[in-house]
Amino acid sequence: MAERFVALAIGVVALLTLSSSAAAQTWNFTGMTPAQFKSLPPGGPAPVRDLNGIWDGGPTGVGATGQEAERAAARSPFTPLGEEMARENRPGNGPRKVLVHEINDPLSTLGDPAGFPRIVTFELRAVQITQTPNQVLMLYMFEKRYRVIWTDGRSLPKDPDPRWYGYSVGRWEDDYTFVVETVGLDDRTWIDNDGDPHSTALRVIERYRRVNQNTLELTVTIDDPKIYTKPWLVRNRMPLRLLPPGTDVMEMIPSASEAQAYQQVISSKTK
Amino acid sequence: MRVKLLGIIVSAVGVLVAPVPAGAHHGAATFDTGKEITLKGVVTEWIWANPHCFLKFDAKDESGTLRNWAVETQNPVSMTARGWSRGAFKVGDEVTVKLEPVKNGAPVGRILTVLLPNGQTLVAVGPQPAAATAQ
Repeated sequence: MAERFVALAIGVVALLTLSSSAAAQTWNFTGMTPAQFKSLPPGGPAPVRDLNGIWDGGPTGVGATGQEAERAAARSPFTPLGEEMARENRPGNGPRKVLVHEINDPLSTLGDPAGFPRIVTFELRAVQITQTPNQVLMLYMFEKRYRVIWTDGRSLPKDPDPRWYGYSVGRWEDDYTFVVETVGLDDRTWIDNDGDPHSTALRVIERYRRVNQNTLELTVTIDDPKIYTKPWLVRNRMPLRLLPPGTDVMEMIPSASEAQAYQQVISSKTK
Repeated sequence: MRVKLLGIIVSAVGVLVAPVPAGAHHGAATFDTGKEITLKGVVTEWIWANPHCFLKFDAKDESGTLRNWAVETQNPVSMTARGWSRGAFKVGDEVTVKLEPVKNGAPVGRILTVLLPNGQTLVAVGPQPAAATAQ
């Protein structure tokens, strides 16, 4: 009975929320359980070749604690070099997590950029997707960062100078599936919050499938033969849900000074 | 009317939903999970920051020793959804903090709840008070 009431109430909330931009200025779905998030209404049929809108990955997008076993199970085994690099990383989450004062996560301790693909594996909260005639722009709430995905038919660079967010090109595989390929990624970044490493040879494939009006599914393939024995899915059909168009996305910027303050006031005293 | 209805329904959902593990940049092993301490103290600083907000306050422990505590919450975005804000505390506020301490005995921990001078209780863990999210 309680379950039915919850489902009904969530449905009504979602309908009201999705239909009212004025009443949803900072709404996001991260406070929901995965089941509640999944039960949000689908809306109408998927529009053709259209990803425009503000999307939210919900609790799974955040990479909330409690999802570590699933992530670890999806990961491909390390190569010897991968094992060596993984030993250098001391994450706060995952099977190799350490105590707070031992963490050496460049994002949370130094204020380094999350980089790609970590921007889609951790703290993937709201992301506004905007299509132009020759680009798809990803505007992320986390870090207030953006990516440019070229859709003008250009090729990826052959020997790129590595960048935090790499070089991306995209194409429509069919009317509802947009595929992005990214290379040239800086190996100072981690793949995820579990401290999984990568090399500059990393190639990432993102598949965005518009399932219906309110749902976009994201699958992300990690292909780095120097570090992993075979390609693996760091995101597997993860749903993103459409936020009302009037949503005023909040700032969430992990600044270096704030990371330093946390180290001094909290982390260093937990030894 | 619609806003009112939304508030009622969202509140109902908030009461019934199970706790959602929050996003976090670290695990729980540093903390003495399950242990709770309640301290009355005076706010010395409130830092609204990523990856964690933290509150500093002076309080006497069981032995009567005055110590300056530093206790963390989640990030500003997650705390905003719970009704917290950059202006939630002022220096000098008298507060009652229920917290989970770290294992090493340092005056450090993470906040469970804070009772404010006006009688309001801010909740840092467990089900997200959904009324605060329906903005």
